[in-house]
Amino acid sequence: MEALLSNVDWAEIGIASWDTLVMVGMSLLFSVLIGLPIGVLLFLFGKRQLLEQPVAYAVLSFVVNVLRSVPFIILLIVMIPFTVMLIGTSLGVAGAIPPLVAGGAPFFARLVETSLREVDRGIIEATQAMGANVRQIIFGALLPEALPGIIAGITVTAITLVSYAAMSGVIGGGGLGDLAIRFGYQRFQTDVMVITVALLVIFVQLLQMAGDRLVLYFSRK
Amino acid sequence: MIVFDQVQKSYQVGGRAIPALHPTSMTIETGEVFGIVGHSGAGKSTLVRLINLLEPPTGGRILVDDENITDYDAAELRAFRRKVGMIFQHFNLLSSKTVADNIAFPMKLAGIYSRTEIRERVEELLARVSLTDHANKYPSQLSGGQKQRVGIARALACRPTILLCDEATSALDPQTTQSVLRLLADINRELGLTIVLITHEMDVVRRVCDRVAVMDAGEVVEMGAVSDVFLHPQHPTTRDFVFESENIDRDEMQEDLQKASGRILRLTFRGESTYKPLLGSVARESGVDFSILSGRIDHIKDTPYGQLTLSLVGGDLEVAMKALEAAEVHVEVVR
Repeated sequence: MEALLSNVDWAEIGIASWDTLVMVGMSLLFSVLIGLPIGVLLFLFGKRQLLEQPVAYAVLSFVVNVLRSVPFIILLIVMIPFTVMLIGTSLGVAGAIPPLVAGGAPFFARLVETSLREVDRGIIEATQAMGANVRQIIFGALLPEALPGIIAGITVTAITLVSYAAMSGVIGGGGLGDLAIRFGYQRFQTDVMVITVALLVIFVQLLQMAGDRLVLYFSRK
Repeated sequence: MIVFDQVQKSYQVGGRAIPALHPTSMTIETGEVFGIVGHSGAGKSTLVRLINLLEPPTGGRILVDDENITDYDAAELRAFRRKVGMIFQHFNLLSSKTVADNIAFPMKLAGIYSRTEIRERVEELLARVSLTDHANKYPSQLSGGQKQRVGIARALACRPTILLCDEATSALDPQTTQSVLRLLADINRELGLTIVLITHEMDVVRRVCDRVAVMDAGEVVEMGAVSDVFLHPQHPTTRDFVFESENIDRDEMQEDLQKASGRILRLTFRGESTYKPLLGSVARESGVDFSILSGRIDHIKDTPYGQLTLSLVGGDLEVAMKALEAAEVHVEVVR
């Protein structure tokens, strides 16, 4: 056993795990903060919706599609100058967060839009009939009704961000992915590779379980 | 009082205007239960949504208590809508809120009620619709009838003067329909609020409505007191609805009439005359023999009525007819 995991530096693994946690946590936070309002706007501007705006919808939808269609590995590289401008470095944990948000926010926005569309139109109509304004319809009816769907969306986004965060190791992003590339891949230390992948699998499992429980807790249907 | 003045509505579909409601003028009196009956697609759903402007009209004016609501700006419209409750076929309750929170919701939206006021009003309404024990349940834990009662309590929360019912009993079984209709009738009587009810079942109209408008293809084809429209339908669509609600097969009825001999009369009794032992005495006086071909004795809202189709043979028909008319029975000679 000793010989089998001879290359594994557990302190290093601990630091890398924490880094991944921070990258995913921070980028998830910003993805939700930015993606949620964009998703709500996408929904509202959509066809036959409350604030139908074909032009605004087309523009917003286009931007979201562009960000979502660029492969993340390319987005990581394209974002470098912007990241440097924003936080002074493109390296390490901090440097990975802007590209992660650029990948995560539009992804989450689409999931929000979809879950809002699932809300029964009758509920919107009933709320309108009570004399609610658009703000009240959004915060009083739409978001509470779509909450289970939005939480499921946060779970999916978090898991996507785990894999994106691992990819950011390629541009020196830190975390488990960085470890896997530097040691597991470049130095042929298979045991390090196995450990990092195993940790990522466990991390994703935990996220999915937590997400499913929250969805169940908030589902009243 | 709700006044429709040449109100019309059409939808733009592929650049063409598809009419949903042809120019319509009518008046719904304060405190009455007004039924709108029609098949699906007849425009009744559009008509009821014009009253709270969920559907804005494309022409004409709608006056509610002498105010032209089609002139309202957004804020005035929202204030107006608080005075118009609405209940729906599929209840449209918020699944994420408890029964009590659903009922409190319109009051919270209004933003003019204190927390104590809301709590007290919710308790009062829960008692009104007999759901006090279910206050903290979620809609998914309730039966259809209970959900509709929550819907009614919610619609009444801001003390509206008008209640709109959009096929409110169409998703309910017959017994539940009964209890919901009784609740609506109680509310109408006790609170004096105007109820506008749309349905495709004439039976619903018969039980609770004072007046009815029959719609067909975006037009009101017949309108009047329920007893008149129900007992003496004029328009073919109305006749269809009435026969349908009485489970009468018209072809079969024609066949039965063919077989009968003598004169055929349709007698309509209303109110007290329904209970009088009239037929026997008329038969004795005029010497006419009669047999009953079909008949029904029931209630229109609170008024009893009877409608009998008889065939009469022998005796003095003139005397019999006069005696019946003298007893305030409506006599229609079928053959």
